[in-house]
Amino acid sequence: MISGRVWKFGDDINTDLMLPGPLLTASEEEQRRAVFSANRPGWVDQLRSGDIIVGGRNFGTGSSRPAARSLRNLGLGALIAESINGLFFRNAVSFGFVALECPGVHAAFEEAHTAEISIADWTLRNCDTGAVLAISPMPERLLSLMTSGGIFPVLEAEGLIASKAAG
Amino acid sequence: MDGVISRKHWEDARMGMTIIEKILARASGAAKIGPGDLAVVDVDLCVLIDLSFSRASWREVLKVHDPEKAVVVFDHDVPASNRDTAAMHVRGREFVRRFGIRRFHDVGPDQGISHVVVAENAYCLPGTVMACSDSHTCSAGALNCAARGLGAPDLLYALTTGKTWFRVGETVRYDLHGKLGEGVSTKDLFLYIAGSHGDHANQNVEFGGSALAHLSIDARRTLTTMGAELSAEFATFEPDQVLIDYVKARNPAPFEPQYPDPDADYATRHRIELDKLSPMVALPDRVIRNAVPVEEAAGEPIQQAFIGSCANGTLDDLAEAARVLAGRRVAPGVRLLVTPGSQRIAAAAAKAGYVQTLLEAGAVVTPATCGACYGGHMGVLGPGETCITASTRNFRGRMGDPTARIYMASPATVAASAVAGRIAHPGRI
Repeated sequence: MISGRVWKFGDDINTDLMLPGPLLTASEEEQRRAVFSANRPGWVDQLRSGDIIVGGRNFGTGSSRPAARSLRNLGLGALIAESINGLFFRNAVSFGFVALECPGVHAAFEEAHTAEISIADWTLRNCDTGAVLAISPMPERLLSLMTSGGIFPVLEAEGLIASKAAG
Repeated sequence: MDGVISRKHWEDARMGMTIIEKILARASGAAKIGPGDLAVVDVDLCVLIDLSFSRASWREVLKVHDPEKAVVVFDHDVPASNRDTAAMHVRGREFVRRFGIRRFHDVGPDQGISHVVVAENAYCLPGTVMACSDSHTCSAGALNCAARGLGAPDLLYALTTGKTWFRVGETVRYDLHGKLGEGVSTKDLFLYIAGSHGDHANQNVEFGGSALAHLSIDARRTLTTMGAELSAEFATFEPDQVLIDYVKARNPAPFEPQYPDPDADYATRHRIELDKLSPMVALPDRVIRNAVPVEEAAGEPIQQAFIGSCANGTLDDLAEAARVLAGRRVAPGVRLLVTPGSQRIAAAAAKAGYVQTLLEAGAVVTPATCGACYGGHMGVLGPGETCITASTRNFRGRMGDPTARIYMASPATVAASAVAGRIAHPGRI
């Protein structure tokens, strides 16, 4: 069960807003601090660990940059959107950030509502209104990668890349 | 991951496959795949770019599955503009040496934007699977290749294991007929599609139809490159003789193009008459459902005009810009920056006289790089400025300061606007 306070965003939220181009080669800490700095300055300072983003259609449209990693590094509990850009979704799987699709989610939540996600039965509950919605299920393997730290630990365990400490 | 496919809920298992379904079925060893499947496939080509080696993305690789299936192209920041990216290039060169990567495009005569270099060398063969950690990798779909942008960890997985995964989405088919009018390009076609059909998240787009006879590979590549902006999983063209000749002239390796089955199962089929299209422009901040005919934005004053990127730095694009600019001058107070997609294109444009025409009109022609398109270098926007760009994106802050406004259009419209000093229709300056 994942539960947290909701922050609401609209349609077509792009990766450049989450990770501005000038910071592509910066450190993870610098990248984390810059999330939504162009459209919602100061937002990162208002976050509590476990907060949840509710998005509209086509969340994460744009580039391959590791925007999902920045959301993970902010301590967000999950993203749940009407639909998610496929490349952003891949990065969510690869970096171990929970990102789910749930038709109807955008209308069902207001900012600061509390959301409760149950992946076991693919349901989402609005704790303030009592509304319950169905989350679109994803293949078990992708879910397992997404919830167990992503791809790097797998490659490290197989001796294909150096561990971060050594590298 | 192994090659197991989880078959799920096809509408009708007897129906044929689309181009992407056929390529992915072949690459995963399955007889048939369809929407809802998770395909684990062999990757025929892994392309690493300079950003792959950035300190925030790179992890030291201990084993490469097959160095002959790897290509390294430095593109986002070439030549290096700062110490961070210079160090990134050093890491990339060390990787190339250590694993004996033969196909390496460093700063120099074969420098260019990865998607352009991959196409002009036909590294991406028809019917194959290609991976690269840049969103515009779908560009190679013009060559009938299942090419998709991955994230950096995905790409390292493909590089070290030879495999990756794709969620198979449904396919939307666009049948293109007729011929584009003068001053109208496939960029305008893209803006029309993005404006009227919106995003294609979790879907593939497939292009075919009788118009292919009039569309160069450059023109097709503009369209497939912009597939990323539709949020499409894949964007592919049907193969034809033009494509087969293009590939054979560049790469001696054998290949097997994939055609859609006659009874392929499409989610939707749209017919577009190219003769009816006119120049379009995307208004600032987002690409999708945000395009209008140029007339509606005409008159907006600009400070910068940019022609370049993987989508619009082709030889066709430079020729079109030169056609519009011939005998004209860039307006005072406007910077027109032109960035060829590769040094090979720059050389061809020089030979054809396009570069001379651009220079005489007052344009600044830069070396081939991703450059201004992503706000990296050579054309970053300042506070409050307005730019019209023939590149890939108009997102807020994309090309520099977040208060700058970015309109996006075709090379002809950008060139015409640079002359007028304000957004202008290419046929009316």
